[in-house]
Parts: sequence; structure tokens; C-alpha cells
Amino acid sequence: MSLTRIYGLFLRHFYLITRSFPRILDLVYWPTIQITLWGFISNFFATHTTYYNNAVGVILTCAILYDFLFRTSIGFNMLFLEEIWSRNFTNLFIAPMKIGEILTSLVLTALIRSLIGLVPAILLTSPLFGISILELGIFLFFLFLSLYIFGITLGILVSSGLLRFGPSFENIAWSTMFLLAPFGCIYYPIDTLPEVFQKIAYLLPLVYIFEEARNILIYQTVSVENIYIAFSWNLFYFIISIVLFYYSFSAAKNKGTLINMGE
Amino acid sequence: MKNLIEVQNIKKNYGNKEAVKGISFCVQENEILGLLGPNGSGKTTTIGMLLGLLKPSSGNIFINNLKLEENRIQILEMINFISPYIELPKKLTVKQNLYVYSKLYKVKNIKERIEYLSEKLRITELLESITGELSSGQKNRVSLAKALINEPKVLLLDEPTASLDPEVGDFVRTFLEEYKKEKKISILLASHNMNEVTRLCKSVLMMKNGIIIDKGKPEDLMNKHGRKNLEEVFLKLSRSENEFN
Repeated sequence: MSLTRIYGLFLRHFYLITRSFPRILDLVYWPTIQITLWGFISNFFATHTTYYNNAVGVILTCAILYDFLFRTSIGFNMLFLEEIWSRNFTNLFIAPMKIGEILTSLVLTALIRSLIGLVPAILLTSPLFGISILELGIFLFFLFLSLYIFGITLGILVSSGLLRFGPSFENIAWSTMFLLAPFGCIYYPIDTLPEVFQKIAYLLPLVYIFEEARNILIYQTVSVENIYIAFSWNLFYFIISIVLFYYSFSAAKNKGTLINMGE
Repeated sequence: MKNLIEVQNIKKNYGNKEAVKGISFCVQENEILGLLGPNGSGKTTTIGMLLGLLKPSSGNIFINNLKLEENRIQILEMINFISPYIELPKKLTVKQNLYVYSKLYKVKNIKERIEYLSEKLRITELLESITGELSSGQKNRVSLAKALINEPKVLLLDEPTASLDPEVGDFVRTFLEEYKKEKKISILLASHNMNEVTRLCKSVLMMKNGIIIDKGKPEDLMNKHGRKNLEEVFLKLSRSENEFN
């Protein structure tokens, strides 16, 4: 692993973000809109249901957590797609970079992109709705870390598809999170899902993460087991995504995708 | 003279289609070898294999005596590539792009290297410009600066002067001649510009349907085929049916 190369690729994307005001605005705009929208929905439910009576911020907190996941995953895909759109893909893959270095750099850059969007959203919730996500305490860190790993994992899986199948896989990049959202039990307990869907949902770390967030906020209890299971699933999927990325790189070298990418 | 590129009987199949059918050639130090052939003859596939972007179905590639399959990173550190079909990130300034690639290639003395190439390629005044806003000729010189940022021993050029006006085209050719002479590098040049190939290349390979159908010095090929220039040789060979297959 070369820190110089990792830093070099990070710089490529850092320059891109800092040079373009619309890109910065885009990073901040959507989380802010999302949080504002759900803030009002949250306030409405708080006055009309008993479930959320004592925890006005549950939906809003879950919205922030989900948005972080969404931004991380899409952010990772965007970094990969930027290389294809700018026809820089070949330049990148003929540079003496190991796959591990490319992934590490994209993972770190995706984190910074997500934080640029997340921090203003968190800061807005307190003055607007009198809610602070920081009420989750130290466990907030573990929940964010878990979501970050899963977001990156989804990003790597989609990037593997882009490597293997080329730009035609782009649409999948945009739809992944929407496909998984119903199974993630982000805004409702898992019992809400039909039994068959519950079985699928239990195979995703999201259920454990959002269940735990609700546990803490509604019942003020912490289940380390949920966090542990979420991390275990995350590790499982993360390893699969890395293996798949290496496999896709090898397959792309056989198929010729790398040389035709962006054309 | 040392061989910096050595290709041994490489083949590339895409399913049932044979894109390259077992070709071998060498490029010596301080030599420019021309790679000619009609579209679909296997030139791009061959270059892709030399860059490690494509895995040969069989055969071996050695760069500076290192086997590509086993020394990918080490080899990529000493080669580079320029093609009109790939570009540098458009939103970054020229200087930022060169700085990023200096980092990716772990260039020492980045500032001096960028200054040296900028001066040689006359892009000093473009360093703060947005890459996407440059003209074709300016972009070409910037891409060339990127391709030389790591002081490559081997340079692969795919249509390096395509879409350039005669003045810029001549500047690039002259620069390449002088740079090769000064640094003793090997260059593999794929081009459809026969005047360019005649001027720059010591010898050429003619490819068609995935095989090398002829090779030699440009003047020897002209004599052999009884044509007065390389373009006519190219037309004769590319239009011939089964003559060399």
C-alpha cells in the first residue's frame, strides 16, 4: 500500500469537489431537504401516534442515519462514475496502482463526501426541531460506522458491476439503495413486514442498526447484540464485495471492458 | 541494443472471436516501432495487452525483461500511454492533473518535473487553465506531459496527432523525436498517418485480421511492394484478400 498514491487519487476527487460550487451544493442540498421534509413528517407523527409519543426525534434520527448510508453508497459510486464520464478510466488503470490502493482512496474520499453533507444536516435538526441526534451517545458512532461500512460495501458491489459490465450498469448504481430500503426497516419495526420479507430483512445489517437506534431513543435500552450482529453481517458482505471486485477486475481484463470504458 | 518490449506469440480471444492470433515482435531501446493496420486489425487489443488492461489468452509479454503478468505494478511504473480516446479529468486545472498523476506515479521532485515538461511542451501558460476548456492541440500537449510525467522507458502512442493541425502535429512529432533521442526510450506508435510513421519509425509492423502480415523498414517495404510511399503500401496490404493470411 502506498500512501502517496492513495493521497494522489484522493486529491483528484478533492480538487473536483472544491472547484465546483454546484457539486458542494449538491452534497449539502439533498441531505438538508431530506432532513427538513422528514422533520415535519416526524413532528406530525409525534402528535398523532402513540408509538412516537415519547420520542419525537426517532424518525428524524433514522432519516439522518439512512441518508448517511445513502450518501456513502452513492458517493462511492459517483467517484467511480466520474472516472468513466470524464474518460479518465484508462489513465487510472494504467497507473501503477494496486486495486487495494484504489479502493482505499475511494473509501476515504466517499467518507469525506458523506460528512460534508451530514454535518450541516445534524446541525440543522437542533434549531429547527429541538432534536439532537447526539442523544444516541457513544452508540451513535457505532451505528454510523456500521452504516458507513455497509454503504461502502454496496458501493464496491456496484463498482464491481461497472467494471464487469461497463457503463450500462450505471442505472443499477442509482437504484440499489431504493431496492434495499423497504427491507432495511428504517422507519418502522421489522414486525411491520410480511414474514417472508422479514426473513430477507434479517440477512441485512440495516435491520439491526435501525432497531438499535429505536431501542435507544424509545426505550432508552442498549442491545450490544444488535450492534454485534450488524457488524458481523457487515464484515461478511464487505469481504464478499472485495472478492467480487477483484473477480470483476480480472473478468474485465479478459473481456476488454477496461479498454473500452467511457467510449 | 537491449529489447525494452518483447512480445512472444500473444493471442487474444473474445469468446469464439480471435482478435489477435499469435503475434511476436520486439522494440529496442531508442527505437520507434510503427504499428499499422486497418480498423479492427488488432492494434488496440495489442496495445491493451501491453498496458495490462487486457489479459492475453496465451503468450508472454516482457517489458524491460520483466514478465508483465507477474510484475504489473513494477512495469506500469516505467511505461505510459497517450490516446485521443482517453482524457484527463476536465474540471481540474492542468497543474492539478499533472500533480495528481505525479502522485499516482510517485514522482520525486514533482515541481521540477512539471516545470521541465511544461517548458518543453509549451504549456507553462496553461497550467492554471481548466483542462476541459483547452483546444485539441493544447489538450494533446497536456496529455503528452501526463504521459511523460513518470519518465517512462516505454511509451505507447495511439494516434498521438489525430485531429491536430499541421503545426501542432509537427511540433509533437519533433518533440517525440528529440525526447526519444535524449532519453533513449522505446516507443510503439499506432497511427493511420503514414507520413508520420515514415518520418518517425525505424521499422513498422503491418497487422491485418489479428496477425502481422508484413514488417520492415518503411523504405524496404516500399521497395518490396513497388510503391512510392507507405500509404500505398498500406492500401495494397489492407485491400489484399488472403494474400498474406
